[in-house]
Amino acid sequence: MSRPETDIRAETLLGIRDLEAWYGKSHILHGVTLDVRRGEIVSLLGRNGAGRSTLLKAVMGAIRTTGRVDFAGTDLVGRKPHQIAHAGIGYVPESRDVFPELTVRENLILGLKPGGEGRWSLEEIYDLFPVLRTRADTRAGALSGGEQQMLTICRTLIGDPELIMVDEPTEGLAPKMVAAIGTLLERIAARGVSILLVEQKLVIALDISHRVYVMGHGEIVFEGTPAALMQSAEVRAEWLEV
Amino acid sequence: MGLDVLSFSILNSVLYGMLLFLLASGLTLIFSMMGVLNFAHASFFMVGAYLGYELSKDIGFFPALVLAPLIVGVLGALVERYGLRRVHRFGHLGELLFTFGLAFVIEEAVQMIWGRSSQNFGVPAALDFTAFELFGTGYPAFRVFMLVVAVAVFAGLWLLLTKTRVGLIVKASLTHPEMVSMLGHNVPMVFMAVFGVGSALAGIAGVIAGPVLVTQPSMAASLGPILFVIVVVGGLGSLSGAFIASLIIGFIQTFAVAIDLSVRDVFGWLGVSEAPTFLGPVFTDAWGVSVAQLGPVIPYLLLVVMLIFRPAGLVGKRG
Repeated sequence: MSRPETDIRAETLLGIRDLEAWYGKSHILHGVTLDVRRGEIVSLLGRNGAGRSTLLKAVMGAIRTTGRVDFAGTDLVGRKPHQIAHAGIGYVPESRDVFPELTVRENLILGLKPGGEGRWSLEEIYDLFPVLRTRADTRAGALSGGEQQMLTICRTLIGDPELIMVDEPTEGLAPKMVAAIGTLLERIAARGVSILLVEQKLVIALDISHRVYVMGHGEIVFEGTPAALMQSAEVRAEWLEV
Repeated sequence: MGLDVLSFSILNSVLYGMLLFLLASGLTLIFSMMGVLNFAHASFFMVGAYLGYELSKDIGFFPALVLAPLIVGVLGALVERYGLRRVHRFGHLGELLFTFGLAFVIEEAVQMIWGRSSQNFGVPAALDFTAFELFGTGYPAFRVFMLVVAVAVFAGLWLLLTKTRVGLIVKASLTHPEMVSMLGHNVPMVFMAVFGVGSALAGIAGVIAGPVLVTQPSMAASLGPILFVIVVVGGLGSLSGAFIASLIIGFIQTFAVAIDLSVRDVFGWLGVSEAPTFLGPVFTDAWGVSVAQLGPVIPYLLLVVMLIFRPAGLVGKRG
């Protein structure tokens, strides 16, 4: 896997400014500011409980938030999840959440927007993952963990998002599957789709990301290139290593 | 029991079962979605019957059969949008109390508008004839019509749920509403629509049952408990379970009425014709009670037995 250089002139697609978010009464995010440019892979690192998954849910409008989430020129704070999805943000949750009683094909169809296929067609998805074609009529609940992860990502892709946010896609997967997910994310970015990745496995994140953010206690504590993070033993010791 | 009584009882059982399923299917869909039993569901059935009666006088029965359920459906959607959805944040107890209260409000409203006595909602003239004769006894065409309507509604509902994208969205929303909304589907609107359609199904049942059962203010209260028996016996949230349970209850209630067997008869076959006096007067009374007299209790006995031995219901997955 290669690490392409960031084009700093690329326009900002997602601009998060001073985002605060709450789970019920607990205040989880404290003024997060973060950018994702077009075609960029950005990783969000940090320990469990640092607020990374919450940040993704906050962007999707699933929890109470204040601040600004500018996406392609519009502020998304206060919008409903389905409106945010229509604005062009795809979300792949950590829990994978395939619809277990529906078939693989039905799961994919549910990802389609009313306008029909966009930059990814059903056939193309099947070409990317032939296993989804061979198991098109299988109940999604019967797939392996890795296959379910692929299905969830593909179900989001088929809705033609400009940005996908992926939460811990490699968790609990075999090494071969982890590598496959990494390759897939790079292929997605190569088609101009931006990626905001929450990842625990540092190797994958550093390998495919253009830029990384590190979160701790609901704030951004580091922002820079993967190379800069590798050089900063201090940041890694304080915010990443267990 | 003669062959004629048997055949008609089977027909009536299926008919009554299908009518119950028209109500139970909507109730089950709503339960699957919201996790709450809608106590006002039978009230929508009653509103359907009254609107059917009222509209029939002006525009005729068949237009009323279309229009009344539509009105009931819109009413249901409004109840979800401006009632249940707001109460939702206070938890299930709040929602239960809301639907419970709504049932009383609707009953009172019906009494204020139409009064306490029953309405003269008769079978439409076009269907007031004998459809066929079996063993010399005629079967009314209106009952055949009821059966046809019920079957047609289910065929439509089944096609909608299994063959369309809308059906997929509904099915996925039942288990993973958050994920469905993040794929870009307006889940709150889906919920409102399902509530509306469920209410409309109850409305259809009301219009076609109004002329056969009696259209009166107590019709909701008398049918409601039976619906809960069906939904629990079938398995909470299971459509196929509700279907089986509807037919079972249909058969039990129809056949129980036709069976005139008592404890006395059973012992009579054994050669004991009188109640043993040492058991006291209470038992002497029970001695003569026939199955027909016990009929109304049997569904509830079934409910109790089911809750003891198989609380998840016939097809249910929940414990």
